[in-house]
Amino acid sequence: MKNLIKRLGESSLNFFIYIGGAFHLFVGTLAQIFIPPFRRKELFVQMFKIGVMSLPIVFLVSLFTGMVLALQSAYQLTKMNAQIYVSSLVALSVVRELGPVLTALVIAGRVGASITAELGTMKVTEQIDALETLAANPVKYLVVPRFIALCVMLPLLTIYADFIGIIGGYIIGVYKLLIGSTVYLQLTYDSLVFKDIFTGLLKSFVFAIIICIVSCYEGFRAEGGAEGVGKATTFSVVTSFILIIAADCLFTALFYFVFP
Amino acid sequence: MIEIINLSKSFGDNKVLDNLNLNVNSGEVMVIIGRSGCGKSVLLKHMIGLLTPDFGQVIIDDTDITKIEAKELDAIRLSFSMLFQGAALFDSMTVYENVGFALLEHTDIKEVLIKEKVAKSLKMVGLEGIENLMPSELSGGMKKRVGLARAICDDPKIILYDEPTTGLDPIMADAINDMIIDLNHKLKMTSVVVTHDMTSAYKVATRIAMLYNGSIIEVGTPDEIRNTKDPLVKQFITGAAKGPITEGK
Repeated sequence: MKNLIKRLGESSLNFFIYIGGAFHLFVGTLAQIFIPPFRRKELFVQMFKIGVMSLPIVFLVSLFTGMVLALQSAYQLTKMNAQIYVSSLVALSVVRELGPVLTALVIAGRVGASITAELGTMKVTEQIDALETLAANPVKYLVVPRFIALCVMLPLLTIYADFIGIIGGYIIGVYKLLIGSTVYLQLTYDSLVFKDIFTGLLKSFVFAIIICIVSCYEGFRAEGGAEGVGKATTFSVVTSFILIIAADCLFTALFYFVFP
Repeated sequence: MIEIINLSKSFGDNKVLDNLNLNVNSGEVMVIIGRSGCGKSVLLKHMIGLLTPDFGQVIIDDTDITKIEAKELDAIRLSFSMLFQGAALFDSMTVYENVGFALLEHTDIKEVLIKEKVAKSLKMVGLEGIENLMPSELSGGMKKRVGLARAICDDPKIILYDEPTTGLDPIMADAINDMIIDLNHKLKMTSVVVTHDMTSAYKVATRIAMLYNGSIIEVGTPDEIRNTKDPLVKQFITGAAKGPITEGK
């Protein structure tokens, strides 16, 4: 019993230390964004790595999700002779929910893991210490470009994923369910309002912050050689996934009441 | 001058530094010896503010760096350089960008002059014309020498060397020893060298300090250390497998 209480206490303490550390990194990053010098070259490199290099995988995930969503909803809607509503169902599901969440999960897996592995390797090989001894702030030097790149590129990738997801639904709707092309597009257009797109993008912005802070923080915390970097990378991806889903739930509930 | 007063540092239950006191005079080469894992690198990292002590002070030219803001610490760090055990070169940068990092980041010197300075530093460590190579294309010894070139490129007042000769062949190790002496004599740089290579320690040191159980147990000139009567120091410098250190006395 005593051991159980001790372990519980230790776990709670570690949890609060983790949250405090991650929040400290977030505040430090925000503060460093506005302090010159601004590393434009590094920022563009990160934007390319995070955004442009993720286009193929986001394309595939979104296209197949749109197609599957159309097929699965048609399965039920056909029974009620209402398959024409596949278009609006796909559009709303993709733009409000699946576009932002799936893109964030893909980026957490692809980019978040790579950020943790890169910073973790720098940590265990003393490169981060070397940066500090050369009077370069590691947060400014390593985190800020990745933070800005993620906050810009993830919403852009989400817009791209929304578009591709709708095309996936269109392919099934028009070529399998034989809904007229114009009707499909018109219903898609009619079903979407500004708040659907806005809330989706707002969520993706929050997801970008989660991915960046978790992956950088885990990278900075890595220790113990290659094994430690591997553990940090796994922990970073798992934590990002959980936090993205939890934040999605929270924001969806919030938007439900704020933008009814 | 570096003054370390009552420095203590623990990692969990492991007390690495315990009320450690040490003075490093300006212009001298202070060599810190001790067994692997005894806290030599931890001590070195306290001197440049990479670690914060649990207790104690690290005073660099009348400023206690454990109590200053990050900005002031960065200003002091610009007068320092450190050669890391594994060189710690930045993987994503070329040798030129690594060696010229401090000048490219913190000065407005024209790039032509930085290139000259980088080439000169690389020449000093016996590596010429490798500016465009990436660290992954270098051998372990070359990385170490590039790390040293980076450390001397911006003419620091104090250089901290963490195991400077480990991983080098004997000839290159001796060349590095000569360079430490040279930098100390010609440029009046203060050097702190952490090593367990006694050949190197005797050659470069103005004074040698032995770290044992978190404290400095003896400080002296190479001759004083050679003729020490302390059994702990004696066992370490002779490299005897049996003695008070291994028997835990």
